[in-house]
Amino acid sequence: MLSRTAENLFWMARYMERAEATARLLTMGQRMAILPGAHHRDEWRSVVRATGAGHQFPEGTIVTESDAVSFLMLDADNPSSIRSCLLKARANAKSARTMLTQDMWEALNDGWRKLDSYDVGEARQQLPTLIDWVKTRVMTFRGAAHSGQLRNEGHDFLRAGSALERAQMTLRLLDVKYYVLLPETEVIGGNRDHYQWTSVLHALSGSRAYHHVYGGTYTPWQITDFLMLNRLFPRSVAYCYDQLAYRLNRLAGWHDARAACHDTVQEMVAALEKLDSGEIFRFGLHETVQHGLSMTNRLGAEIAQAYHFG
Amino acid sequence: MPFHEMFEPDGSIRPCYDEVQKWVERTGIAGLNRRMDEAEAIFRRIGITFAVYGEGGDPERLIPFDLLPRIFTANEWRVLDKGIRQRARALNAFLHDVYHRGEIVKAGIMPADIIYKNSAYLAEMADFTPPGKVYSHIVGIDIVRTGPGSFEVLEDNCRIPSGVSYMLENREIMTRMFPELFNQGIVAPVDDYPAELLKSLKEVAPPACKGDPVVVVLTPGSLNSAYYEHSFLADLMGVELVEPADLFVDEDRVWMKTTLGPKAVDVIYRRIDDEYIDPLVFRPDSLLGVPGIFNVYRNGGVTLASAPGAGIADDKAVYIYVPEMIRFYLGEKPILDNIQTWQCGKPDEMAYVLDNLHELVGKEVHGSGGYGMLIGPKSTKDEVAAYAARIRANPGEFIAQPTLDLSTVPTLGPAAVVGRHADFRPYCLVGKQIRLVPGGLTRVALTEGSLVVNSSQGGGVKDTWVLQD
Repeated sequence: MLSRTAENLFWMARYMERAEATARLLTMGQRMAILPGAHHRDEWRSVVRATGAGHQFPEGTIVTESDAVSFLMLDADNPSSIRSCLLKARANAKSARTMLTQDMWEALNDGWRKLDSYDVGEARQQLPTLIDWVKTRVMTFRGAAHSGQLRNEGHDFLRAGSALERAQMTLRLLDVKYYVLLPETEVIGGNRDHYQWTSVLHALSGSRAYHHVYGGTYTPWQITDFLMLNRLFPRSVAYCYDQLAYRLNRLAGWHDARAACHDTVQEMVAALEKLDSGEIFRFGLHETVQHGLSMTNRLGAEIAQAYHFG
Repeated sequence: MPFHEMFEPDGSIRPCYDEVQKWVERTGIAGLNRRMDEAEAIFRRIGITFAVYGEGGDPERLIPFDLLPRIFTANEWRVLDKGIRQRARALNAFLHDVYHRGEIVKAGIMPADIIYKNSAYLAEMADFTPPGKVYSHIVGIDIVRTGPGSFEVLEDNCRIPSGVSYMLENREIMTRMFPELFNQGIVAPVDDYPAELLKSLKEVAPPACKGDPVVVVLTPGSLNSAYYEHSFLADLMGVELVEPADLFVDEDRVWMKTTLGPKAVDVIYRRIDDEYIDPLVFRPDSLLGVPGIFNVYRNGGVTLASAPGAGIADDKAVYIYVPEMIRFYLGEKPILDNIQTWQCGKPDEMAYVLDNLHELVGKEVHGSGGYGMLIGPKSTKDEVAAYAARIRANPGEFIAQPTLDLSTVPTLGPAAVVGRHADFRPYCLVGKQIRLVPGGLTRVALTEGSLVVNSSQGGGVKDTWVLQD
């Protein structure tokens, strides 16, 4: 396979994953914003922070829903906005067109200019519908790849890209929760804390699954355990790392060659296997998450190097 | 009245259109117009966007599609098929000749200047013979019809004729939307085209190729107006679609950069122009292209399809001599006629053109896509005078042809079936054998009376049927 094609597939999957994650974050923002007293607080800041773009909004000001919807959904200048992600995914797809099934292409191509015509007022008004639209686009795309794409190396690059992006988003969400959502004066496990932790679960579509695993109680360490270490939940960091290791191993098999990325991913999986949630909190959730983020970044760079991305 | 492909002068239906007529009656014009919207939605969703014939413009644009097919009878097609193959053979023989001994010039049939002073002639190709002596591997021949039995060639395209994805997709849409029309099996299928193309390309593998030839399609990139077609063809052939930056030259071979490391490439169906193939040879200022590829080509390490320099055969000034080429190289009588053409470069012909320009169609020799044309009868006196002044200033750059009474094809109007002018481009494949699928691209002028079928000027496309006996 052409290196350029592999790169396009990898990034196409990342952008689609990112578009969906951002749509989920907007849902989380809306949920938090309807909590009592929300208008005094700066809930939307945590949402933009989770996308890694907190620095775009000066400290000391309140980030409004308008700001967040405009920046995260529509902004053509924000490379991580849903609109930018969908456009870039389509451009990647166009460049790698011969590696996509017709259905995958149609999922990306159907209504690809839809968000161009929205202003922030309309987008806020129709936010739930738009979010559903984005999620449906991504899920249709994912389903088309799942059910129709050849299981060749192209599929492995696609799935690796999506697992990498997903791991990053879960890590960021955990970090935001730890750093931003919990003001110094609040008690861990307090009422508001409870809502905020559950909104993280909601953002990851994990609240029902969480119930099935832990019953009805919410505790920060159980939620952390679930999102970091649970190997059954497909958005957990552990699951994503396992996926990455599996996909990279397959790529090593196709190519009969190993590279730095293969060692790194093994290291990531092994490090996570040694952890339990108690240890995470002893070591520090923030520190654990930061380490995870820097390892995924390193892995991304090593994958690009191993497969001669441009 | 021009010849109507569907109706006899007395209003009765030509037999080959019987099925279509029944279908129109069954569905009703309003019903068909509704289906037209559906067709457009499908085109948009699957992303068939295109600017046919290298017209440029918005690469994401849809070309209007008309539901009513253009039909050739089996007998009509037999003549076309023979005539097209004959022409493709003659054009390739001519290309070999002009890059070798130039017998046609020595025999006094063609003037040397038309060839050797032409910008489409590439001196770099002299004395080189590509594999199988094939220069133009895909010959697109634009044909018009002026009467029941008269087909005439408007233009030859020996470089990289485009639009074949439309031939395939138009059929795909029609069978998807109206399966009942195809159930009787009277329409010859065209879906072999990609397989035939791949066979033809493999047949011209270079001497350095060992084993099954590795074929790729070379595109300038996803911003090119014909990118959809490039990816579509690569996809249907199951070969890599590469951009220039994916290729490099090393040790007399061309390689593509893959995740497994470099892989040798044997045959390149290139969809980029001559001048952008190799910056070392043609355009040092260009960032496109693969440095050193031309040298590898000349040393037998790779095949370029079509060959650089093939454009000399489809030049409008050379076109006039194609019937002579057929006689000279093949010793045969031309099956398809040329349109009568006056060359303004010849003083007596220029005089005739200037005297009669208001009744003629003027064309720039190097123009394409309907640009730089003058349609005399539809132009004002001032426009004709201005065009005449341009001819006088640069006579060699212009030719003129009579305004033809082009046939009209049935086209769906808001309230009735109407007649619109059309042309037709079949795609003839040349490898060790010559291959031609029964069909091609019909372009139609959607404005009443218009002779301009280019999509950049409001033209559309429709499915083309060749009926089986």
